[in-house]
Amino acid sequence: MHELSLTQGVIEICESSAGGRRVTAVVLLVGELSSVVPEALEFCFEACSKGTLLEGARLIIERIPARGKCHDCSNEFHLRSYYNSCPSCGGHQVAIISGEELRVKEMEVD
Amino acid sequence: MCTVCGCSPENQHHDHDHDHDHDHDHEHHEHGHSHSHGETKNARKIAVETDILSKNNRLARENRNLFFRKGVFVLNLVSSPGSGKTSILERTLHDLRQKLRFAVIEGDQQTDNDAVRIAATGVPVRQINTGAGCHLDAHMVSHAFESFNLEELDILLIENVGNLVCPASFDLGENHKVVVLSVTEGEDKPLKYPAMFHNADVMLLNKVDLLPYVDFDAEKCKEMARQVNPDILIFDVSSKTGEGMSDWYEWLAAGIRQG
Repeated sequence: MHELSLTQGVIEICESSAGGRRVTAVVLLVGELSSVVPEALEFCFEACSKGTLLEGARLIIERIPARGKCHDCSNEFHLRSYYNSCPSCGGHQVAIISGEELRVKEMEVD
Repeated sequence: MCTVCGCSPENQHHDHDHDHDHDHDHEHHEHGHSHSHGETKNARKIAVETDILSKNNRLARENRNLFFRKGVFVLNLVSSPGSGKTSILERTLHDLRQKLRFAVIEGDQQTDNDAVRIAATGVPVRQINTGAGCHLDAHMVSHAFESFNLEELDILLIENVGNLVCPASFDLGENHKVVVLSVTEGEDKPLKYPAMFHNADVMLLNKVDLLPYVDFDAEKCKEMARQVNPDILIFDVSSKTGEGMSDWYEWLAAGIRQG
């Protein structure tokens, strides 16, 4: 349940950028490979935001597709997990291009 | 309040009484910088663009810089509960403590049982109890090593909370993550918990003395680990019989030499 620590991080980041204003919405970027369960983030967000500038804010989670690039044939493809091999040549040396993101993208304030 | 990281005494973890007499530099302060879209100060939308783990990553970077300056080789041992992390540490400390200067940080939700086992080897140890927490983070570790004189250490071994999911996301400032998997577990753990095996540099396949008695295909397991992480270095070991431990020890010694 590391979503709890992550949510506390989100609240800290947003409060430090909000200038004391009430936050009405937060947009997170969450990569498909980031080991984060969006529903758990939502659950923790509701609990952790109480009594903060983010209380009652909408949490919007944008999922970032995981993409890999094959080291052997340079093919770029959608990764479903860290262990997907290249669908073109079968190679296992795959560089992760995207999908590990865990970012606060933006927020709306009053 | 801690002047390094701003933590309060009510912080969710606790390890020991500390006097906050830090001997290390802290490079304050890498806040996520935000700016308003639009020209007015009443703009409703604020671009934040900050990694959620940025605070942990900053503290981990500070730990890493300090370890590097002091010449301490640091490993973060991760696994599911019961794979034998503590037994591997005990054996390693028993066999090498005359040659190398060790310290250990033990992470568990509750109890200091593991720290008591490590203390029995004569090596300095600190226990972190995370309470409800499922992983160690860079901040907890930075306080736990305050009591060690890093100048007098070759190697710091950090035993993380037994959990193959959450500790994968939290950098502690270590040189390497070492994942332990025992042959009494499922051989497909690397595929079930790919983030951890992807992020680890080394895998210790423990309890290999039990291979004749269990349905565990070691080669298939290693193949799956390499599927997730083609560069992972794998040692077959038994902390009970000592089988394979010498290769692990050589790797440790080489890591210390390389700094």
